[in-house]
Amino acid sequence: MRKNLLMLHTVTRIVVFIILAFSVFLFFAGHNNPGGGFIGGLMTAAALLLLYVAFDVKTIKQVIPFNYTTMIAVGLLIAIGTGVASMLNGDPFLTQYDRYVTVPVLGELHLTTALPFDLGVYLVVVGVALLSILSIAEDDA
Amino acid sequence: MSLLHLVVLAPFILALLVPFLYKYIRQVHTGWFVMILPLTLFIYLIQFLPNISRGETIFYQQPWVPSLGINFDIYLDGLSLLFGLLITGIGTLVVLYSIYYLYNKQKEALNNFYVYLLMFMGAMLGVVLSDNLMTLYIFWELTSLASSLLIAYWFHKERSRYGAQKSMLITVAGGLTMLAGFSLLFVMTNTFSIREIIAQADVIITNPLFIPAMLCVLAGAFTKSAQFPFHIWLPDAMEAPTPVSAYLHSATMVKAGIYLVARLTPVFGAAPQWFWIVSGFGIFTLLWGSVSAIRQKDLKAILAFSTISQLGLIMALLGLGSAAFHYDVAVVGTLYYTATLAAVFHLINHATFKGSLFMIVGIVDHETGTRDIRKLGGLMTIMPITFTVALIGTLSMAGVPPFNGFLSKEMFFTAAVNATTLDIFNMQTFGLIFPIFAWIASIFTFGYCMLMFVRTFLGNFKPEKLEKEVHEAPIGLLIPPIVLASLVVIFGLFPNLLAYSIIEPTMASILPGVLAEGERFYVNIYHWHGFNIELFMTMGVVVFGALIFLNLKKWSETAFFLKERDPLNWVYDNSLVWLVSGSLKVTNMQMTGLLRDYFVFMSVFIVGLMGYTMVKYNTFAIDLINVADIPPYIFIIIFVLIATTVALPFISHRVTAIVATGILGFIVALLFVVFRAPDLALTQLLVETVMVVLFLLAFYHLPELRKEKFTPRFRFTNLVVSIGVGLVVTLTALSVHAMSYSHPIQSISDYYVQNAYELAAGKNIVNVILVDFRGVDTMLEIVVLGIAALAIVVLIRLRMTGSEDV
Repeated sequence: MRKNLLMLHTVTRIVVFIILAFSVFLFFAGHNNPGGGFIGGLMTAAALLLLYVAFDVKTIKQVIPFNYTTMIAVGLLIAIGTGVASMLNGDPFLTQYDRYVTVPVLGELHLTTALPFDLGVYLVVVGVALLSILSIAEDDA
Repeated sequence: MSLLHLVVLAPFILALLVPFLYKYIRQVHTGWFVMILPLTLFIYLIQFLPNISRGETIFYQQPWVPSLGINFDIYLDGLSLLFGLLITGIGTLVVLYSIYYLYNKQKEALNNFYVYLLMFMGAMLGVVLSDNLMTLYIFWELTSLASSLLIAYWFHKERSRYGAQKSMLITVAGGLTMLAGFSLLFVMTNTFSIREIIAQADVIITNPLFIPAMLCVLAGAFTKSAQFPFHIWLPDAMEAPTPVSAYLHSATMVKAGIYLVARLTPVFGAAPQWFWIVSGFGIFTLLWGSVSAIRQKDLKAILAFSTISQLGLIMALLGLGSAAFHYDVAVVGTLYYTATLAAVFHLINHATFKGSLFMIVGIVDHETGTRDIRKLGGLMTIMPITFTVALIGTLSMAGVPPFNGFLSKEMFFTAAVNATTLDIFNMQTFGLIFPIFAWIASIFTFGYCMLMFVRTFLGNFKPEKLEKEVHEAPIGLLIPPIVLASLVVIFGLFPNLLAYSIIEPTMASILPGVLAEGERFYVNIYHWHGFNIELFMTMGVVVFGALIFLNLKKWSETAFFLKERDPLNWVYDNSLVWLVSGSLKVTNMQMTGLLRDYFVFMSVFIVGLMGYTMVKYNTFAIDLINVADIPPYIFIIIFVLIATTVALPFISHRVTAIVATGILGFIVALLFVVFRAPDLALTQLLVETVMVVLFLLAFYHLPELRKEKFTPRFRFTNLVVSIGVGLVVTLTALSVHAMSYSHPIQSISDYYVQNAYELAAGKNIVNVILVDFRGVDTMLEIVVLGIAALAIVVLIRLRMTGSEDV
């Protein structure tokens, strides 16, 4: 019988969104300010871990039905795909491009191919952190 | 490729076919198919006799690995032809003999036997016909291999396996040493071709590598030819089937060493060391073998030691013959090449009489079921043909006229007596040992010959000790020894039959350059020399040899005669045991199975290597130039860092230790902040947090076998090693700092600072480097992370039970 953890649950619900938002900020800030896929990924993992700690694993698995193994694979595919794309373009592996694009609503945007690469890093880090910690935690032998 | 190349390769090709012949043509003994080949080769080689005796040589090239100077070149001169004829001729007889010896087609693994035998025959022909040292070496090792396989032919017997292993170890050890010698010869002459090396002989002799090369080559020759102290494998090789003993261990393989010595005499022969080592080891082996032979009780063991002693004799003669390089033949006449003549002649004679004797022993064994001379006796009337052949063989071996052994023994005595008259290499002082050793050895030779013969064929027949009904052997078994025995008689009666055709060209190949152009060796072998010292020596041999034999009963109870095994076997057996136990000890000492020990080894090695390098190359330096100012708060941070580090080993509670490690991590993150590395600081903080969580998770699962609390044990070694590692690393860091200012290297970071925004459109240089400039590193690092996570999953979820295996 679990104790009533109302305070914890309430605070978690609010805090998780703040952390997630911060992690997304870190991820996008990476190119010009401290941050990037690695830190962003770890921060996201921390937010999700908080959920797992506050509630129990079963509940959260229903709420967030991610398969972290697949997430690692997808992250690696994106990162490698970035490199392969530049090869298809006739440049050496992992050549990064950047361009200023004007989008109607958002105004002028600076898009770089480093972003999808970082996204790959992000997904791998989230997947690795959660997969390893959950595997150990669920192990009841 | 020429037909002569095919002579070497044909046995190997036939060996491939033997298993099919054995399997599909069961009604005919496989040996009959095999026998055709050596006979053909023998007839083919005989055709070269006229050319060779005219002094011609034949040379065919076949590049094999030309870039390394390794070619399969065939060179045929007197020496090669002599050996080629011995190998094929006796090979034919031995195969014929083996057909009747291994008559049971079902019980014996004939396919194995003939494959090994053909492999040996081809390898041996390769050894004697090759002009290239590397090709020679390859065939040389093949003979060792084939010999071991043949010795262990009855591999279910423990003694056979022991003998095979012993011969393998000794001959291969010698062979590898010989390879080193060949390599040294290549270093000196830049060629592997024997003829080209001989052409450079006068250059080689002044080279400092001359002596090492000579010793290495001799090690190969001595192990193969069973010279003292490497002779111990030969008596144990007698576990082989008798045809094998007759072929390999009397007529051919053991003479490979003789061949090598003879072949390389033109290269090394002019050196006094060669003279002394070859003749010294030879004469001692002669004495040792003949003295050991007399105390054996097994017929094959007697023959084995007899072979050892006769090989020593030939070796000694080759050594003495090399003195000819120092004299002008025109001035001193035949005096100094008599030894070489005797060596070549005895080589032929030994092959004939020893081959026939081995076959006779095989017949006796075959028909009576034993080779023990204590059980045998009185076979003269029961096996008259065997008896006659044995009589011829033994008398020839003992050196009694009119057989060929007498002639070569007389010449041996002449050479030994001549040796005392040499005025080189201190022969005036030590030369007398040659005739004395030779004479004593001949007395013992006469003794064991009589022992062998009389105990087997004379005296009373003892049927109660024998398991079989004894009768004369089948004709197939008798033909080969009869052929050899008739050769003994023919060579004895008409020795000059061989003189011009083969002995003389052989001497020309052993002693090139001794004779002037167009001159020939004067070879004339005859029985009657008049009343000279050699004749009196032979008389003495007969008298004293007979005396030894007659008194053998009296002496046979002495310790000397009771000890049958060669005392050197003790050395061999024990060094093998010591080798195994010694390496086991060393392995157990260092491979403790404890990770902490290996860690100490590694650390000590690193400290030693780094420390040695610093001292040796004087790379240690401290230079405080260009040191930044240290703000006061750094001191506080560093103090906390050091205090935590020092405290860690003394913490006795696991969880506390983990928390302390976490503190260390956070201090490092703080340092990153201070040194303006925000990305690193963020990552460090997060990673440290995750690490602590993982540690705690892991500890939650630790078994409760030990108490949670423990006191870390103190070990002095560990303290010293840790201090050493810390010291070396610190000194290295300091030196690197100092050196980097004395040898400035342009840093690449300026480039990144300048181009991060221009080329990669990012202001965060760290991130730009990670994803753009050096994105491949990052890619592979996330691969590492992925692998680690999957490994954790595999470790935890796919837990195997005890019975499963990967």
